[in-house]
Amino acid sequence: METKPIRQVQEEIVDEFSVFDNWMDKYNYLIELSRDLPAIDAKHKTEEHLIKGCQSKVWLRAEWDNGKIHFTADSDAIITRGLIALLIRVFSNRTPEEIMEADLEFIDQIGLRENLSPTRSNGLLAMLKQMKLYAVAFDAAKNKE
Amino acid sequence: MQCLSHQLRKIKLLITVPKASYPNLKSIREDFPILHRKVHGKPLIYFDNGATTQKPRLVIETMNRIYEQENSSIHRGVHYLSDRMTEAYEEARNSVRKFIGAAASHEIVFTSGTTGSINAVATSFGEKYVGPGDEVLVTVMEHHANLVPWQMLCERKGARLRAIPMNDRGELMLDQLDSLLTGRTRMLAVTHVSNALGTINPVKNIVARAHERNIPVLVDGAQAVQHLAVDVTELDCDFYVFSGHKVYGPTGIGILYGKEKWLEDLPPYQYGGDMVDQVSLEKTTFNELPLKFEAGTTNYVGAIGMGKALEYLQGIGLEDIAAHEHHLVDYATHNLSQVPGVRIYGMASQRIATFSILLENTHPYDVGMILDKLGIAVRTGTHCAQPVMQHFGIEGTLRASLAMYNTPEEIDRFVTELQTAKSMLT
Repeated sequence: METKPIRQVQEEIVDEFSVFDNWMDKYNYLIELSRDLPAIDAKHKTEEHLIKGCQSKVWLRAEWDNGKIHFTADSDAIITRGLIALLIRVFSNRTPEEIMEADLEFIDQIGLRENLSPTRSNGLLAMLKQMKLYAVAFDAAKNKE
Repeated sequence: MQCLSHQLRKIKLLITVPKASYPNLKSIREDFPILHRKVHGKPLIYFDNGATTQKPRLVIETMNRIYEQENSSIHRGVHYLSDRMTEAYEEARNSVRKFIGAAASHEIVFTSGTTGSINAVATSFGEKYVGPGDEVLVTVMEHHANLVPWQMLCERKGARLRAIPMNDRGELMLDQLDSLLTGRTRMLAVTHVSNALGTINPVKNIVARAHERNIPVLVDGAQAVQHLAVDVTELDCDFYVFSGHKVYGPTGIGILYGKEKWLEDLPPYQYGGDMVDQVSLEKTTFNELPLKFEAGTTNYVGAIGMGKALEYLQGIGLEDIAAHEHHLVDYATHNLSQVPGVRIYGMASQRIATFSILLENTHPYDVGMILDKLGIAVRTGTHCAQPVMQHFGIEGTLRASLAMYNTPEEIDRFVTELQTAKSMLT
């Protein structure tokens, strides 16, 4: 199956959110996305995969699969999980180059910027940084081969 | 039908816990400009007073006026403005003295805040009096600010940190106090009021028992002075510390009260200008109290703003404030316990209107985010008191911390919106 470019997926998300004219609908949608996100296997909910936010915990796992990075992630907070579902949809099963080059404007466009601000220590911003770091690391490893 | 049952419930609530409060609540709210703004299009309900309190117009205007008309460095000038500012700074010190009932103004040291004050004592007292094998006693309900400085001191000195435990109501288990106060205990550091649970500790009794063994006591009053009338002479504590910004004053200013005998005895913990007497390249002698502990240019504008905040509170009367807040405790406890699935952590018999809660099957961060969108400011997480969370075996709570300007009507809205959040999340 041909994967859509990152930008196209981001545009689709912006489109989906454009129908909501209030925060409650947006949050309800995030809660719905959260319920659809497959839970990370309990055995992977380890210190090693934990990104500690003061407010909510986030677990992130990255696997190298045939030139692409496959991410799975989870959180103990449901709205954070909804946001994770969006980030997974955008960034999982991508090449390191795609991830490194991607911008995050869509977060602004759907009006959820505040959830990624450094003052909200919910682990999401750290998760994004970690995703980019994985991309850099896998890229470096790949070039070594 | 639903409307009628809602009305009946309201009437029932009115019967059980009246909404009456002190007569001038409305005019007090008028004094705080920020309470009249909206957040996300909703009237702000500010329930994060444990983190910081809002400022009355008197404090804001005093500080603006200083920067516009009066600013000048203190204790240095030969000119009019400097003299005037020095005078105002020392008046503020006297306002603090009166506010906590200290014997003398030179027992009041201005610091950067509670954290700064505790670190000052841990450093200065610790250097002089704590050695290998000694003990420092704290409690499990301390804010990290009254735990970590002592823990680090103990690590540096090879001393041992011990803690008074608490029960599941969030009350200190003081039957263990006498066995925890040993021949090696050099200091007892205890919070007056728990920031996470709202418990008011019987510090007068604790101080007396420590003093029977000649052990000095530092009391962390950061969550107490804005809610209770505090008299350090009556408490007889050796040190009492608190912050300006939690007592309706500005940020970046705080108080270290120390009994004269201690402040005379202890070495300075910071060195610089204004705190010295004679300086040559060979030797320096230090200034008198309290300037010995106020190195460099202090936050004098903050100090004067804080002095005004304390005068403002005394104008209302701490007894009236405590009575109003006591009413809020009863009203909120009663109404929160009507909400299915709400658990309040910490139900001490003596408490302030701070409520650490969890809502069944929800994460506090999710609930806090939804409340935010509804205009209600609360805090979620561990509240810088992780050992308290560990005691209850939880990751964190949602904390609603109320203050003198909060109303029973705001509690009603909070309770309603908690249920909105619950229905969205479960």
